[in-house]
Amino acid sequence: MEFKENQAIYLQIANRFFENILRKDWAAGDKIPSIRDMAVEFEVNPNTTMRTFNYLQDKGVIYNKRGVGYFLADDGFEKTIVLKKEQFLEEELPAFLKTMKLLGLSLEDLKKYEGKYNGASIN
Amino acid sequence: MIKLQDIHFRYKKNKPLFENLNLTLQPGFIYGLLGKNGAGKSSLLKLISGMLFPNSGASKVFGSDASARKPAMLQDIYLVPEEFNLPAISMATYVKTTAVFYDKFSHNQFNAYLAEFELTDDAKLSTLSYGQKKKFLIAFGLATNARLLILDEPTNGLDIPSKSQFRKIMASALDEEKIIIISTHQVRDLENLIDTIVVLENGKIIFNHSIAAISERLAFEYDLNGLPADEIVYAEEIHGRKAGIVKNIAGIDSRVDMELLFNGIVKDAGKVNEQFAAFKYEL
Repeated sequence: MEFKENQAIYLQIANRFFENILRKDWAAGDKIPSIRDMAVEFEVNPNTTMRTFNYLQDKGVIYNKRGVGYFLADDGFEKTIVLKKEQFLEEELPAFLKTMKLLGLSLEDLKKYEGKYNGASIN
Repeated sequence: MIKLQDIHFRYKKNKPLFENLNLTLQPGFIYGLLGKNGAGKSSLLKLISGMLFPNSGASKVFGSDASARKPAMLQDIYLVPEEFNLPAISMATYVKTTAVFYDKFSHNQFNAYLAEFELTDDAKLSTLSYGQKKKFLIAFGLATNARLLILDEPTNGLDIPSKSQFRKIMASALDEEKIIIISTHQVRDLENLIDTIVVLENGKIIFNHSIAAISERLAFEYDLNGLPADEIVYAEEIHGRKAGIVKNIAGIDSRVDMELLFNGIVKDAGKVNEQFAAFKYEL
C-alpha cells in the first residue's frame, strides 16, 4: 500500500480497517486478521500494527479475546460511522470548503454535480 | 538485551573511533542504524557481534561477553554483511554443512523464505547474482532463529519485488525475543519496518529515539510557507518548496519521514534532540 505523506502509519492502517468495516467486508463479531498478518500485508513493523489494534480497541471498534484474537465489536459499524464523520467534519470538510471558496463555488453550484456522482460506487 | 558499556575502540594509535560509547538494545524491536559513510556503523556492528574487540569497556550480548565468542552466543547471532564471498557449492550443500552450527535452525522456515524470494536450493551459490546471494543469506540468517540478527544494507542489490518480499518476511520474523539491527542508507525502503532510529556520527551516537516518540514530538511538513520560524526545527528545499521538520504542536501523530529526519540530525543534532527534552508545561 502507498502511504500518504503526513498521517502516522498506524492511523493510515486504521483507516483501511474503517473502510473494510464501512464496506461491510467485516461484520459484527467477525474475527479480524492478526496483528502479524496485518504487518505482513502492509509491510510494516508488527509494533506499528499493534498500535493500530490498540487504537481501535480504545475506540471500542474491536475487542480482544485473550489467546483467540481480535473481533469486530457488535456496534463496531456504528462507532466507525461516528469516528469517520468526526474526521470528515474536522479534517476533510475545512479543506473542501477552502477549495470551494478559492474557486468561487457555492453550495448551490454543487447541487448541479450531485446527480452526476449519485451513482458512484462505494467500492 | 545488548549492552555496550563504556566502549573505547581505535584502529590506529592516537586516532580513537569510539570513546565512552554506551548503547542498550531491547528484544522485540527493529533498530535502524543510520550514519554517513565512515561514521563507524560497520565497526559498531562488529563490536556487537564479537568480530572486533574493544580496547576497553564491554559488549554484552544476552548477558555474555561478545569478546569471549562462546559458541552459545555465536549461535544466537547472525550477521548478513554488505559484502561477502560464497563458495562454489550448491545452496543445499551450504545449508547441510553450515546449519549445524545453529541449534535452532529451521529447514521448514528456510524453505518457506526461499519460496517467498523465488529461489531454488539446487542453485550453485557462486553462479547467483549479487541480489540472489543476498536473499539467500537473509533467508539463511532468519532460519537460524538467532535472537540477534544484524543486516548491513539488506536491500542493496534487491530488485523492486524483492524489496517488498523482504519487508513482508521481516514483518513476519520479528517476535518479542528478537533484536534486529538494520544498518542502511536506503531509508525509504525500510522506514516502515524500523522501531527505533540510532544515528552514528564520527563514532558518537548523536540520536536514539523510537518512532512513537519522534511522531509525538516532531512533525514533517512539505510546505513550510507561513509557519512561524520558532516552530521550524530544520528546513530544506525539495522540488522548489521548503520542506522540513517542525515541532508537533497540534499533538497529532504524523508520519515520520526518515530521510528528512536524518538530514535534520546530521545538520544540527542538538536542535533536534532539544525537542525530546522533558516537556515543560507553561502555567
